[in-house]
Amino acid sequence: MIELRNVSKRFGDLVVLDGVDFEVRKGETVALLGPSGVGKSVLLKHINGLIHPDKGEVWVDGLNVPRLRRRELARLRSRIGYVFQYGALFDSLSVAENIILGIVDEAKAADKAYCERRVRECLELVNLDPAVAEKYPAELSGGMKKRVGIARAIAGEPTYLLWDEPTSGLDPVNADIIDSLVEKLDDELGVTSVVVTHDVRGAFRVADRIAMLMDGRIRAMGKADDLKASTDPAVREFLERDLTIPVTH
Amino acid sequence: MRAGTATLDVRRLVGRFTLAATGHVGRISYLVLEMIRALPEWRAWVPRAFEQAEAIGYGSLFIVALTAGFAGAVTSLQAGYQFTGSIPAYFYGGVIVESIVLELAPVLTAMVLAGRIGARFAAELGTMRVTEQIDALESLGRSSVSHLVLPRVVAGTLMLPILVVFADLVGILAGWFAAKGSLHMTNADFVYGAQYFFKPWDLWYSMIKSLCFGLAITVVPCYMGFSTKQGAEGVGRSTTTAVVSASVLILFLDAALAKLLLKPA
Repeated sequence: MIELRNVSKRFGDLVVLDGVDFEVRKGETVALLGPSGVGKSVLLKHINGLIHPDKGEVWVDGLNVPRLRRRELARLRSRIGYVFQYGALFDSLSVAENIILGIVDEAKAADKAYCERRVRECLELVNLDPAVAEKYPAELSGGMKKRVGIARAIAGEPTYLLWDEPTSGLDPVNADIIDSLVEKLDDELGVTSVVVTHDVRGAFRVADRIAMLMDGRIRAMGKADDLKASTDPAVREFLERDLTIPVTH
Repeated sequence: MRAGTATLDVRRLVGRFTLAATGHVGRISYLVLEMIRALPEWRAWVPRAFEQAEAIGYGSLFIVALTAGFAGAVTSLQAGYQFTGSIPAYFYGGVIVESIVLELAPVLTAMVLAGRIGARFAAELGTMRVTEQIDALESLGRSSVSHLVLPRVVAGTLMLPILVVFADLVGILAGWFAAKGSLHMTNADFVYGAQYFFKPWDLWYSMIKSLCFGLAITVVPCYMGFSTKQGAEGVGRSTTTAVVSASVLILFLDAALAKLLLKPA
């Protein structure tokens, strides 16, 4: 379970998060919606301790993340897969080496046969040809990089997956493929997911619950129908912009 | 009124500079502390340190040899120009060897490496920072300090003294040949002068200096790379700042170590 209590964060004079309360229950997929630059990724990075809050608490599986010691934090992070917006692949390493770096269990990472098998499995899970393993990130398209980033995030068999804008910058076909992947991985791996996005249709498609981040706070949170029925003008305006196109579940 | 405003601006400028400098010193100290904490994670940093050492050492041999060779030859020629007729011939051996061992080889090698290695470290780590590769490493439960910083700092700090010894040899040989060619001194004169003025402490001093310079040209650029913000422009800024700061620090350390460690007999 993930829980953020009254979390505030500012960078210089800019207040990004201002008393955020946010909760994700075990096994569910929560989409965090909001306009660009509102602090969605900042909130996501609080969950695995990449950013520390100025105020408030961040709890994951009963652990207070900002208070964790170096080793405890590393252990927690090994249970949280993080899919970066632009893949964040290590460009000096091949695709296979990138994915192997995601295998956090030292004994498994040292087993060459396991690593080869796991690389193949992960690439197949994200619908990529295993031959891609020998390529370098510079040789891949944007969509492929994202999928390799996903393969790396799931290589360590995490219990949580944090998705940072998985469909941003992709054409509608590739965005659809990634949304299907989010659904498929959540179902097949049974992970708890937080999906940060500004794509309303994608959020309604993949999430069990949706949270709307605006003005540094969670403005609304609930199931898709609850949000559609919201009377908050800001929420309605944001949703109506994209929901004129029918959403298929 | 105008003078008052100007005074206020100078005060503000000094205040800002002091705050920024204190912030940098604090954050560098924190990075060093993190490196010490990461030392037990040797499985992560030792293999990478060997890779870095090869790139730093083998990759820098040519430029170090070129710099030391020219420095040795020019020292010899200038000594001839300044002292011909006024001092015995064997003095040249002492002047050349001492200049190279005490000052030219460590400082010039460190300066060359500040440009070559410092710029590379700052650019590599800066690019990794702005493309979220460092965050990705951390998010996989791996320490970015033990994987990225410690190997570079250990390799650079240990390779610099080795490169300085290499520069000593090349510089002395080049100075020797130049002295023979232009000053018509004998080998016996050169060797006698070199031995007459040489003290074992000079070599220790040169090694201590090299270790300090090695730390400066690796820690500062790694810190600058780690602190990079704002995309490609930020990487460029970090790289420039890293090279300039490391070079200034080398000069500062050179003066401080000379004052601290060299006592007149």
